Amino acid sequence: MATITPKLSDEFPLTIASSTNSVTLRISKFNPKTDSTATFVEFKVPVQKWTTVLDIILAVKQHLDPSVAVRYSCRQASCGSCGMKINGKPALACYTKISELNSNVVTVEPMNNFPILRDLAVDFTQFFSTHKKLKPYIIRDDSEVTGDTKEFLQTPKEVEEYLQFSYCIKCGLCNSACPTMATDTSFIGPQALAQAYRYIADNRDNGKKDRLKIIDDSHGIWRCHFAGSCSQVCPKGVDPAMGIQLLRGYLLGFRK
Amino acid sequence: MERQSNREGIKGWLNPGRYGLERVAYWLMRLTGLGLLVYFIAHVFETSSIVNGKEAWQKMLELTQTTEGHIILTIVIGMCVFHTANGIRVMLGQGGVGVGKPGRPDYPYKPASLNSRHKLCILASIGLAALAMMYGLAVLFGE
Ligand code: HEM
Ligand code: SF4
Ligand code: FES
Repeated sequence: MATITPKLSDEFPLTIASSTNSVTLRISKFNPKTDSTATFVEFKVPVQKWTTVLDIILAVKQHLDPSVAVRYSCRQASCGSCGMKINGKPALACYTKISELNSNVVTVEPMNNFPILRDLAVDFTQFFSTHKKLKPYIIRDDSEVTGDTKEFLQTPKEVEEYLQFSYCIKCGLCNSACPTMATDTSFIGPQALAQAYRYIADNRDNGKKDRLKIIDDSHGIWRCHFAGSCSQVCPKGVDPAMGIQLLRGYLLGFRK
Repeated sequence: MERQSNREGIKGWLNPGRYGLERVAYWLMRLTGLGLLVYFIAHVFETSSIVNGKEAWQKMLELTQTTEGHIILTIVIGMCVFHTANGIRVMLGQGGVGVGKPGRPDYPYKPASLNSRHKLCILASIGLAALAMMYGLAVLFGE
């Protein structure tokens, strides 16, 4: 097993000499073009109280194995790039501290229910195309620019009807945790369904009929069993499960 | 192909421990639904033996009076009670009842749909099923 030895001269903040704890990082390596199965590579890395899972993956990439494929950008739970399975559960690597895992072994694998591109990087093609299919934009005939008012005013209460759903960063964790997604390759999925709700609940939008028609499909909203795992793993408080059940309320006629 | 698409597959259903009580309820609902379906088919098969005369019917009935028969019936009672009670919760939830109201999300972002009302209903469904099974055991083995 390769080990990072702490050196003061290192630029990387992980490797300061005062570091006392270390964990074993196990990274799933898989290249669909050349490999038939995934293999795990192990590294011993020093950690601090504040060290995140993304920190140690990047430390390994910098010092020990530059070939590790991982997608990240903002490092602050804003871009939605670094979703992966951490010790068996989908989470953002940049938003998960080693200290909260309560384990000396940190296993990182690609998210389930997404095709693997390589190692930890997965393919979002279907995810984004499904998101787009749900018309994730305000639908109406006039626009803010052409009207006299310049902008469509909303009360704080009207904003709160959809605000939490607009926090979605398209990280895909919900789709990866969803038990329907686990077996149904064409299920719309919690992310896109929650976005359908986000726009329907927006009082500037007139696209409710269009979107309800799209989700009222054999692989649409009725495949949700309200297992709640999407909301359990969502890092932004979107609560897709709530959005989906409220959407179903429209279709069943319980809501107007 | 399966490996590349990395779907979790049936394994995802069978491993409910990672995502809280609601996922356990989902798993139990599926398990009891399928269990009841198997029981229902067996039940139709069993009762249809009456068309073969009184003798055949009696023989079938004796099966339920064995220790194994009692245990299976007790499990069926438990499955029935959980599936019904949790089914009512799920139907209400899926119609948008009791799943909370959208609001301003604040850290640490507790999802309102996974609220204590639903958790309590799940626990009550499990508790009721356990009580019913104990009562069933007492009646079946009590004579
Ligand atoms: C009053 C009694 C019952 C109620 C209230 C009820 C309710 C429900 C509900 C709401 C679901 C959907 C759960 C979900 O969305 O995940 C369901 C699923 C199911 N039920 Fe029932 N049910 C009842 C009796 C039965 C009986 C007697 C059987 C068997 C003959 C049965 C077999 C099933 C099966 C196989 C499923 C599918 C399980 C799944 O998809 O996970 N149910 N039931
Ligand atoms: S709903 Fe939450 S978990 Fe799903 S993609 Fe959006 S931010 Fe990620
Ligand atoms: S790196 Fe942007 S969300 Fe983690």
